[in-house]
Amino acid sequence: MEKLELYFSYPFVRYAFIVGVLIALCSSLLGVTLVLKRFSYIGDGLSHVAFGAIAIASVLGVTDNMLLVLPATVVCAVLLLNTGGQAKIKGDATIAMISVGSLAIGYLLMNVFSTSSNLSGDVCSTLFGSTSLLTLTLTDVVLSIVLSVAVVTLFILFYNRIFAVTFDESFARASGTAVNAYNLLIAVIIAVVIVLGMNLVGSLLVSALIIFPALSAMRMFKSFLSVTVCSAVLSVVCATVGMLTSIIWGTPVGSTIVAVDIMAFLLFLAAGKMRR
Amino acid sequence: MSEIICRDLTLGYENSILVQGLSFDIHSGDYLCIVGENGAGKSTLMKTILHLQKPISGDITYGDGLVPSEIGYLPQQTVVQKDFPASVWEVILSGRQSRLGKRPFYSHADKKEAMSNMERLGIADLKGRCYRELSGGQQQRVLLARALSATSRMILLDEPVSGLDPMATLEMYQIIQKLNKEGITVVMISHDIFSSVRYASHILHIGEEVFYGTVEEYADSSIGKRYLESGGMSEKCDHEDGDRGIEHSSERSLQGNAEDENGKA
Repeated sequence: MEKLELYFSYPFVRYAFIVGVLIALCSSLLGVTLVLKRFSYIGDGLSHVAFGAIAIASVLGVTDNMLLVLPATVVCAVLLLNTGGQAKIKGDATIAMISVGSLAIGYLLMNVFSTSSNLSGDVCSTLFGSTSLLTLTLTDVVLSIVLSVAVVTLFILFYNRIFAVTFDESFARASGTAVNAYNLLIAVIIAVVIVLGMNLVGSLLVSALIIFPALSAMRMFKSFLSVTVCSAVLSVVCATVGMLTSIIWGTPVGSTIVAVDIMAFLLFLAAGKMRR
Repeated sequence: MSEIICRDLTLGYENSILVQGLSFDIHSGDYLCIVGENGAGKSTLMKTILHLQKPISGDITYGDGLVPSEIGYLPQQTVVQKDFPASVWEVILSGRQSRLGKRPFYSHADKKEAMSNMERLGIADLKGRCYRELSGGQQQRVLLARALSATSRMILLDEPVSGLDPMATLEMYQIIQKLNKEGITVVMISHDIFSSVRYASHILHIGEEVFYGTVEEYADSSIGKRYLESGGMSEKCDHEDGDRGIEHSSERSLQGNAEDENGKA
């Protein structure tokens, strides 16, 4: 407890904590859509792209990673989604190619042009998240808050359309809903969420932040609204518990949060089975 | 009063033409069944009517003040929906999406309309239930209520009774008949030629030969006689559920391929 008090006496830790909670909230919102539209793998692919972009940014000596990583990831999200249907190389193969490619190139670049003395430490924290929330810079914090608010606002404004497009694309199309535009919106939001989430849990673990709360909520709840609300609440709770645990025991933030998410999933799985 | 006028349509995909020289009118209050072999282009025609796909040549015009988004569509079910956490209410309300315009949320009037359509189809008691846990017949009724929420004039149904048991099939046909009597134009793709002849007012038969006319004319025509005689046979071939599953899971492009293959076979 003393340790917690000590930590929270720094304003910076408090900010980081708020950012963590906001990220957890945004990442859970689109989880259901992602899982049901079979877009989960796009999320996974994008996180690897973001890793490559970070490597390039650090090689170029860009002071703030996010400014380069965010646009790069958004562009890739749009490309992946658009090639999904018609391209010669089928969607999942393209994603595998791009994601593994950016991982390899990213590591290669970091290795060849490294300016840091602790290369493996750098790589490890990009992949699995910072060892402590304290490594967030002030720009990261501000940008995260702005983006999180934007994501939540967009989600609420387009909630009904996102539901329609997820549940039945052909019906939505026939009703004159601009399905492609909404798919694009979904992809862009996913890209933003992934870049945000990487700060918290790292690029390899960020998909977990998106998918686990939704999967857990789907075990227990039966309407789109209740699943969405439940996964948002669950995600925030898990992130909070994970962050506190990581402060107390000094465990890495990202993997601790994901571990809590997994435990919650198992709990919901059991509860869902019992209900039947 | 023609609501939809099709003139000299050629339908298909880049490399294969499915139907040529298709001309017909759909009048207000008609009950039109579109029949034909698998892969003859029935679904393609329906997508073209809905403006989801462009015809290779020819025109589809809407008359009588009808706009495309005013057509209530009942598509075939998709694999996604089998595992989708959505309440019946959420599904039916989503039928109002074309009325949203720039508003982000559904209005009181939207909700009232959705509710009255639930009552109309006798599924008001299912309101809070989870869509994926309903029986096939109940699910189809929910989707029909959603289609009705989108329109008060015309519904397009893509094999509404596929996968239903005989009892549910009969109920579904009776509901559709009732809606038609209430003045809603019905356009239906059907594999069930006998029910088509029984309930419909007009038949559009597409395939190598094209026929369009009233049910009586169809029953007297050579193509109608032939199809009705063999109808029971091709019926059985058409109801392979595995086949249908593939069509559901695949998106537009794949479905195109599947139809192409069927067309060639």
